Amino acid sequence: MTGWIGAALPRKEDRRMLLGRGRFVGDLTRPGLLHAAFVRSPHAHALVNKIDGTAASQAPGVERLFTAESLGCPYLLAMLERDEFVPTAMPILAGEKVRFVGEPVAVVIADDAYRAEDAAELVEVDWDPQPAVASMETATAAGAPRLHDHGNCLVDLLMFDDDRLPEIFAGAAVTVSATFSSARVAALPLEGRACLAEWDDRDDQLVMHVSTQVPHQVRSGVAQALGLPERSIRVIAPDVGGGFGLKCVVGREEVAVAAAALRLRRPVRWTEDRQENLTAAFHGHEQRYRVKAAFSQDGRILGLDAEIDCDTGAYSVFPFTCAVEPLMAATELPGVYKVPAYRARGRAIATNKAPAAPYRGVSRPQIVLVMERLMEKAAAALEIGPLQVRRANLIGKHEFPYTGVNKITYDEGSYRESLDLAEQIVTEKAWAADRDRLRSAGLRAGIGYACFSERTAYGTPTMSQRRMRMTPGYDTALVRMDPTGEVIVTTGTCGHGQGHETTFAQIVADRLGVHPGQVRLRQGDTDLASYGWGTWGSRSVVIGGGAAGRAADVVAGQLRKIAASQLEASPADIELAEGVARVRGDDHASIPIPELARLVHFQAHRLAEDLRYGLEARATFDPPGTFSNACHVAMVVVDPGTCAIRLRRYLVVEDCGVVINPMVVDGQVRGGVTQGAAAALLERVRFDPEGQPVSATLMDYLAPTAAEMCAVDIVHLQTPSQFSETGAKGMGEGGTIGAPAAVLGAINDALSDTDVRFDHIPVLPQDLSAALNQAGAVP
Amino acid sequence: MKPAPFAYHRAHSVAEAVALLAELGEEAKILAGGLSLVPMMNFRLARPTALVDVSRIDGLSYLRADAADAAGLRIGALTTHRTVETSRDPAVLNGFGVLPRSARWIGHYPIRSRGTFGGSIAHADPASEWCLLAVLLAARIMLTGPDGQRTVPAADFFEGYYSTAAAPDEMITEIWFPEPAERAALTEFAPRQGDFAVVAAAVSVDVADGVCRSGRVVLGGVGPLPVEVNADPLSGQPATAATWQAMGEHAAGQIDPPDDAHGDAGFRRRLTATLVSRALAEASQPGDEVQA
Repeated sequence: MTGWIGAALPRKEDRRMLLGRGRFVGDLTRPGLLHAAFVRSPHAHALVNKIDGTAASQAPGVERLFTAESLGCPYLLAMLERDEFVPTAMPILAGEKVRFVGEPVAVVIADDAYRAEDAAELVEVDWDPQPAVASMETATAAGAPRLHDHGNCLVDLLMFDDDRLPEIFAGAAVTVSATFSSARVAALPLEGRACLAEWDDRDDQLVMHVSTQVPHQVRSGVAQALGLPERSIRVIAPDVGGGFGLKCVVGREEVAVAAAALRLRRPVRWTEDRQENLTAAFHGHEQRYRVKAAFSQDGRILGLDAEIDCDTGAYSVFPFTCAVEPLMAATELPGVYKVPAYRARGRAIATNKAPAAPYRGVSRPQIVLVMERLMEKAAAALEIGPLQVRRANLIGKHEFPYTGVNKITYDEGSYRESLDLAEQIVTEKAWAADRDRLRSAGLRAGIGYACFSERTAYGTPTMSQRRMRMTPGYDTALVRMDPTGEVIVTTGTCGHGQGHETTFAQIVADRLGVHPGQVRLRQGDTDLASYGWGTWGSRSVVIGGGAAGRAADVVAGQLRKIAASQLEASPADIELAEGVARVRGDDHASIPIPELARLVHFQAHRLAEDLRYGLEARATFDPPGTFSNACHVAMVVVDPGTCAIRLRRYLVVEDCGVVINPMVVDGQVRGGVTQGAAAALLERVRFDPEGQPVSATLMDYLAPTAAEMCAVDIVHLQTPSQFSETGAKGMGEGGTIGAPAAVLGAINDALSDTDVRFDHIPVLPQDLSAALNQAGAVP
Repeated sequence: MKPAPFAYHRAHSVAEAVALLAELGEEAKILAGGLSLVPMMNFRLARPTALVDVSRIDGLSYLRADAADAAGLRIGALTTHRTVETSRDPAVLNGFGVLPRSARWIGHYPIRSRGTFGGSIAHADPASEWCLLAVLLAARIMLTGPDGQRTVPAADFFEGYYSTAAAPDEMITEIWFPEPAERAALTEFAPRQGDFAVVAAAVSVDVADGVCRSGRVVLGGVGPLPVEVNADPLSGQPATAATWQAMGEHAAGQIDPPDDAHGDAGFRRRLTATLVSRALAEASQPGDEVQA
């Protein structure tokens, strides 16, 4: 190995992105391209009596209008093989009933995107509005209007139920009971959803360019919805401008555009606008936890009981289903703490809102917030330090592999070490003195901690426990060397801003002894790659990169054998480095790798039979999953006059095992912390009681900008994972997971002179103002 | 989020713009920087049948002192926020320094580079910095129409949310600030840097020998137009923090602000008390005068 792993290599992707030469769906042009505009419901809940498209069909430039009926009522069906699961088929276009504002009932195909939108306005729909369910409280009330025939509870899972809990609570020194909640958020990728579908007569295939995280699942979804063999669809994800989970599920619009292109045999494009993205795409993150925890006098947690409700919106998303949030939450709530007795019930509640998709972190932002708040509440009740309570419960270094009450086995991490180091840095940098100085100047200031781990890179051994009909997890890579010694890697993972072209090249380059510049990653194309599961769940570098590493090892073995035959040495003595194969310890016995590649391809007859035709290999990786961990510390300042809450300092001590590229890791951490801090301070998708969205623009849905952030200091610990080819652990979500709890802790610390404490996010200035007024606190 | 169909006309002079407006009727709109109008058109909340683009008209971008015998400042309608913000003209800084100082509250750099002073006044957002300052400094809005020019005092110009005294065939050509205000300040609260203010406070004070002789307070975000509140408690009081705080509380007690997603009435009252007090403290500091 020549040590490209760990190098802060500038991203290969950056040049084209910075020059504006990326290729996104919106950059594609086709002769005769048609444009789609959707007719969407203005009602949260209504029956559709009649759709009259006469005027729209006759509008200038209109090629065709499709409704559910004219498309043959296709739908997407996500399935969980569990009795407690209620399937909800999501129609591609709603035919009889709409279940949220923005749900599509028709699509206009026209020669121009403006004319398509003009014509969509002319479609007349006879609606029969029904009472709407805009919250979980309304949805679960007796006599509530039903979204689906079976009722509004789509999943109700009692995951753990320890019968010792009543006794434990009866004998505990302290019992903490609280309700925690988090608002609905939008993933808000810079590029909204987009797709272009076109029929290819030569390949007898529908070719779709889609802004997606999961090209193969889009192919499966379109194939299932339209009754086609998967071969007859090719999905290509070109450059994709972010996803954050919004694009790891299949959108009905993508299927509708595919159907239109199939019917019309013309290329059709749809580009989601920001209003559609905020109202009619997918949301997530709206959860409520009613929790009870028992603690001993010295701060050890003795028992934990949680009722978890997730607002899943109108439908299950394909392929993950509405169970993704409650299952994750109920399974992983104990987190980094040793919880001896546990009960957890998780429910998915349907409401008249856009469906919930997995959002960066999936329930971990909430469960970390819940556990950290429990530690702080116990500390307050027991009058001991909150870090002391955490230390009393953290899984220690010598306890790994640790199997928890939730039957999860945690691989080795640095749970205590990351907290110790974070506290040491906070002390060295005099955070407390800074806080006290601000306080004496009349401001409110506070410091909050969050300790957590996150399971990343879930393979099928873990995913199968969810019992999804489509169980994801593995991925396959193909590594080939061409006659000039350049390397092409294809994977089923699908980077959309994570820098995979760089990090995968680093992994493969080390194994083949070439420069990362000679390794080209081809991803996001279902015709190029073996069936794979795309990029989400912090899986790609571990699983896709692991598969690429394994395949590269096979190719490296082929190179060694060929080099050994030319250098009259044993393959075991051949090392590949700096572009040459050489006999270890003999500087004069070497052969350039491109020369080996040339031999294999152009002079195969000169090689022994078992060495011919090689230099390519396919490998699959399917790990159980590996736990990254971190400790976040946040400091906020509250302006008592305006109740403005500003981040002042932020520290991340994180451990994602072997760091492949520190610049990429730091970028992921900073972006994640920003998103997580915004969930605590700014972001909230709101609806009125009738289910009308009231945060449908970027003036109302507040995304963070650089001006709202402070510098984020990042320190790496490296505990390699035994479950990973490279020792790396997934790390795409950790920033988002830890930040809400750390920021909320800091806000509560800033309010420590009052009785006001918050157990929900976001905490907005107006909430703080009202709470301080109510508590009679001096501003 | 694409606008409904409309016709586009480019005017090359004020006379041509006014003639086009008269010809195209009430459903035509003036397009200047487009920062407010174009998003509303994209949401199809505004559906003008025609746009008259005035952005290429020469001679409407300026900050100009009155003639020697007067102390006022004239701002051309097409002057961008950024031009005001970066002005180092002593005629602006001496007496009207509150204008460049306040420009930094307007949106972000690209917005300030395109948005125009006249456009903000015409749009009449009740939280707009220029609308508040126009009222505070008793500016006069110069309108040009088919029958020539007329001026309207800012206090009479704003009639409600996004509604003004300008007729459909009139165009704002200049905003005249007749009197300097050495001691004036604007401050505001927005959830993020560059957002529309939840509450904005613009104030001016007349302080001599440590005593406040008089002052004015105009608030944004607390009603359908800039709201001037009674500022009598300032008169004759020492120029101290206690006086500014008392005025802040007095201002908060006079308003009946709206509830919306960014703040309920109670929050807006808290903000008003704080921001008025802070703006007064800032205004009472000696100005940054510049010698020519």
